[in-house]
Amino acid sequence: MSADLLLDVDGISISFGGLKAVSNFSLKLPRGRLAGLIGPNGAGKTTVFNLLTGVYAADTGTIRLDGRVLNGLKPYQRAAAGLARTFQNIRLFPDLSVLDNVRIACHLRAQHTMLGAIFRSRHHYGEERAITEHSLELLRLLELDDRRSEQARNLPYGDQRRLEIARALATNPKVLLLDEPAAGMNPQEKRELRDLIRSLRERFGLTILLIEHDMGVVMDICERITVLDHGVIIAEGTPEQIQRDPKVIEAYLGAPEGAVAAANGEGG
Amino acid sequence: MGMERETDRMNAQALELRPPAGVVLARSLLPVLGAVGLAVVLQLLIKPMLGDFYAKLLLDIGTNIILAVSLTMVNGFTGQFSIGHAGFMAVGAYTAAAIVYYGSHRIWGDALVHGGLLSTMFPGHQAPLVTGADLLFFAALIAGGVVAAICGYLVGLPSLRLKGDYLAIVTLGFGEVIRVLLESQTTEALWDPEQIAATPLYELPRYLGGALGFSGLPFYSSLFWAWLGAGITLLVAYRLKESSYGRAFLSIREDEIAAEAMGVHTTRYKVRAFVLAAFFAGVAGGIFAHTVGVQLNPRELGFQKSFDILIMVVLGGLGSISGAAIAAAGLTVLPELLRQPPTIMGWPLAVIIPVVVIWVLLSRRPVRTAVGLVLALAAWEAMRWFARERGINLSEYRMVLYALALIVIMIVRPQGLLGIREIWELRRPRRLAAAKETAATGESGRAGGEVSL
Repeated sequence: MSADLLLDVDGISISFGGLKAVSNFSLKLPRGRLAGLIGPNGAGKTTVFNLLTGVYAADTGTIRLDGRVLNGLKPYQRAAAGLARTFQNIRLFPDLSVLDNVRIACHLRAQHTMLGAIFRSRHHYGEERAITEHSLELLRLLELDDRRSEQARNLPYGDQRRLEIARALATNPKVLLLDEPAAGMNPQEKRELRDLIRSLRERFGLTILLIEHDMGVVMDICERITVLDHGVIIAEGTPEQIQRDPKVIEAYLGAPEGAVAAANGEGG
Repeated sequence: MGMERETDRMNAQALELRPPAGVVLARSLLPVLGAVGLAVVLQLLIKPMLGDFYAKLLLDIGTNIILAVSLTMVNGFTGQFSIGHAGFMAVGAYTAAAIVYYGSHRIWGDALVHGGLLSTMFPGHQAPLVTGADLLFFAALIAGGVVAAICGYLVGLPSLRLKGDYLAIVTLGFGEVIRVLLESQTTEALWDPEQIAATPLYELPRYLGGALGFSGLPFYSSLFWAWLGAGITLLVAYRLKESSYGRAFLSIREDEIAAEAMGVHTTRYKVRAFVLAAFFAGVAGGIFAHTVGVQLNPRELGFQKSFDILIMVVLGGLGSISGAAIAAAGLTVLPELLRQPPTIMGWPLAVIIPVVVIWVLLSRRPVRTAVGLVLALAAWEAMRWFARERGINLSEYRMVLYALALIVIMIVRPQGLLGIREIWELRRPRRLAAAKETAATGESGRAGGEVSL
């Protein structure tokens, strides 16, 4: 049982000044799980991602990945440990080509050295080719290979989101953290994204944690959902349980008497 | 488990895809031999044809290319802002100077030129191609680079851990500290061979001329050394930029947070770029110190010099190796041209017309570029005409005109001459621009879809 537990987050908290952005957040992801993290705007979802990936250091609590404690590790060390992410407000390398964006992320498993690059060692050429092939493979998988030499900044929005996923995959992660991958996508793209996320999990044996506002996507693909409001977990369970949970409904729609009005508004 | 398997697969593939050793050796060495060949040709064939003035100008261009391209590795590749490059140049210059000066005294009893044909700018120099003094000079250049690189490490390690403008402040401070340290030393430079022989080795670095400058250095810097240095600096910069190792530098410039999230140890990479840049700045300093007409003086290597280098990098386009090199050449020539602005009519047209044609052909907006270049040339002639009519001596306004030219260029091309591209990549954006348009319309279409949801 515990051998199957891949990501084990136990009671992490962080405050900024007097504001408790996330308090006592716990999450257990068994290997292969596809889980969702939802909550109203400002609930602290992205802060949780930043805590997991080491952008912020947690004030309390522990984060374990495959039994290894990640607390105190820098973001690049956590990436090396197997934690990859995408960003809500896309953070590609905008002036570099699509291919280079992915090739940079292959860097973790490369064994290159500065001298090897300067003197152009035999290993350098071999590795350079392997990295390029591997990156192209990922781009093909995400249907971006015909855009490989374009600057990342020139891609349409949906392609940029998928490029972020390709780049995260290139780091060879165990756990993939997706921060609102469907944001800005049209219904067709959203349908494709669901299939994509499922197929990536199968293909790479990934464990995925997903922040998403689009309930259609979340309820469809996630096996377990954690709901966050004001930095506190207010519910955890299967999509069906979450949809029925009064606390979740309240967090999203307000108190019961307000809920009626809001529901009416939605219906129109 | 899956991770190990994947990594193994890529490494196994890398092993499989290695080209034959002979091919690698050729591809690795040929450009280096090319650089050596170019430097030899410049020194032995081109220099005699140029005359003293233009040969010296070409030498300065070579030195400045080393400086600008090395600073590009920090400011252009990793996007950090170093403004103390002359400090590393000073460290390299004084290290090399001390080794050459006191080394020569110990070996030959004087610090006259003992170099061969490759290490002299004097036309009538009688010597074999290479002598022992050349090796001493070469060793001194490398030593200067290494000491500068060590300083780079000591300065870079604490300041590059921090994000933001700390590096700018620290490097500026470093440059000034070096200058003040050198100026505050004794103004004595030993010249008596017996005294030098009697002074222990570790005492010698105290006698570097202080604020008066370190005079009496032999002039070993030649087109060969400056352009060999420039060629190798260009090669190293290019090979870094075109490798997965070097692309990690670029990722820091592009987005430091994303780079970290992708596993790039940003501090380590920044420090390495910084150390490498400091090494080349040190080598350039060594070449500068032994250049004809230069009297090594701490004031020459103050923040003014740092800014000169920085301007070359920014003007060329932050991140563009070829841009930095072109700007280095242009900004070395411009102040000299402004001394006695020559007419562009007549033989300069033989140079100007091909440059204009190539520039226009490479340009993304050829018409605009053509109009701009013709206007610039017309402005040059108008300036000459105006000065002649009013009897103004333009050379008095040299630095004003120089500054004016910089301002105009930065207004016309705020991203620098080449932006982040290399000169051979300039035509590429045409296709990208078309893609951008479809991207923009696609995006607005999607945004519309989003609203209706």
